[in-house]
Amino acid sequence: MKQHAFEAQNQPVWELIEAALEKPSQEDNSKLLAEHYLLLCQHLAIAKERLYDATLVERLNNLVLALYRELYRYRSETRLNFYAFFKRDFPLAIYRHRYFIALALLVFVLPGLIVGSWTYFDDEAIYTIHGPAEVRGMERMYDPEARKLGREREADTDIFMFGFYIKNNISVAFRCFAGGILVGIGTLLVLFFNGLFIGSVAGHLTRLDYVDTFYPFVVGHGSFELTAIVFSGAAGLRLGYAIINPGPFSRLDSLRLSGRDAVPMLYGIFLMLVIAAFLEAFWSSSTTLGNEIKYAVGALLWALVLLYSFSGRRYESR
Amino acid sequence: MLDTRYRVEIPGGINLEAQVVGPIPRSLAFAIDLAIRGIIVFVLSIAAIPFGAFGLGGGFFLIFLFAIEWLYPVLFEVFWRGQTPGKKALGISVINDDLTPVTLGTSLVRNLLRSIDFLPLFYLAGLVTMLCNRRFQRLGDLAAGTLVISVRESSRPASQKDIVPLAPSTALLRAEQTSIIDFLQRSSQLSEPRQKELASLLEGVTHEKNENGVEKLHRMGAWFLGVR
Repeated sequence: MKQHAFEAQNQPVWELIEAALEKPSQEDNSKLLAEHYLLLCQHLAIAKERLYDATLVERLNNLVLALYRELYRYRSETRLNFYAFFKRDFPLAIYRHRYFIALALLVFVLPGLIVGSWTYFDDEAIYTIHGPAEVRGMERMYDPEARKLGREREADTDIFMFGFYIKNNISVAFRCFAGGILVGIGTLLVLFFNGLFIGSVAGHLTRLDYVDTFYPFVVGHGSFELTAIVFSGAAGLRLGYAIINPGPFSRLDSLRLSGRDAVPMLYGIFLMLVIAAFLEAFWSSSTTLGNEIKYAVGALLWALVLLYSFSGRRYESR
Repeated sequence: MLDTRYRVEIPGGINLEAQVVGPIPRSLAFAIDLAIRGIIVFVLSIAAIPFGAFGLGGGFFLIFLFAIEWLYPVLFEVFWRGQTPGKKALGISVINDDLTPVTLGTSLVRNLLRSIDFLPLFYLAGLVTMLCNRRFQRLGDLAAGTLVISVRESSRPASQKDIVPLAPSTALLRAEQTSIIDFLQRSSQLSEPRQKELASLLEGVTHEKNENGVEKLHRMGAWFLGVR
């Protein structure tokens, strides 16, 4: 069959598909597209086989591509299953990242502990890490003598702090993950310095005996926040490790697979940090609540987070 | 070889092709998106002031700032056929490397890694990575398994209805016939002197030169196409 006859014969079908692609979500149109997918593939195959000219092949190719993208379009209602995510996918992703979590935890906590004990025993040590103005600001925030704690604000400024925590903490976690692609080095740096900062402040404030203001403040949201930072570090380290040791895959394929593995971790980290920001802004900052309640709830939250984090093993296929 | 075609065998049993897009259109698309984001942030920052810069207004402003910084490309790519407004303006689109549409997961990974592609400044890492592989993928694309392809409509050739077809006097191979058809279909994209130059090379087939050669090739092309 000559090309011209082929075109004349099938032109009506192609125009029908083109019209349906304009409004693909309509019931009739999506049915029509699904029904004509194989026919269109066949037309493209014929056009190539018979060496029809490049413009026709290109036109058919683009039509199949558009139709193909429509058939496999992202549909939120079928892809996002919140129940399965919380019950299985996230804990399983945590379980599969366990060695990276252990490493991230080490890099995060160890420098914090070392520097924390240094700032605890040496009054000057804190100034090697933070500027004097910063130190004064932090001291003011947790000073038990002050009538109002630095973080205690009017009701509407709680919302400001909520926005502030969302913007800062989630950005840190995302960058911590992304840094993994530099063979893990970026992630290690973010973990190391965040551990250093938090540890030094904790040590210094303990030295000043601000124990009854600082620890009740951090214990509640810390459960979600610190864990999520370690998780983001683990996801980043997994990315870097995939490049260093690709196993049976090419380095590129290995990187791509680790990227897919990171997805449930990223969803989970995001949700954990939103919860943490909410707790930090509205719960931890309260002065009307007694420290006993804050410690009790903090312990409960830590227990919850840890229990949940260790619940993924049974979903691993063996 | 420089070839921007990207081929994937799809379940329909055929090799589907797409044209990957290089750094220039992608930078332009990014610049447009940056301008849009800048305007949104500017408007929001003014709108937030009456509600308290360190209160309700400031809080929501920071949340929006976070969303615009990290989630703007993700939401557009997932729910708007792989296109941010900038990409739509340039006729390019993000797609998974199996030519299925981007999902929330792949889009999230590629856009979070933007912060590394940006390093050390102005997307230098991303640009270098893009130029080091055949598919113009930046680091985020490599980790997510995504591509940026062109989705611009190709121009249709003019109708050959008014050309009187002419049977060639010599037998030609199928590949040679295809070249003559392609010459006909692409004539509108070639300058007249170039058309003449090309047609004159085929004097052995057409026994004509210049305008007459071009016309004869067109008529033969119409014959091979099957115009009656």
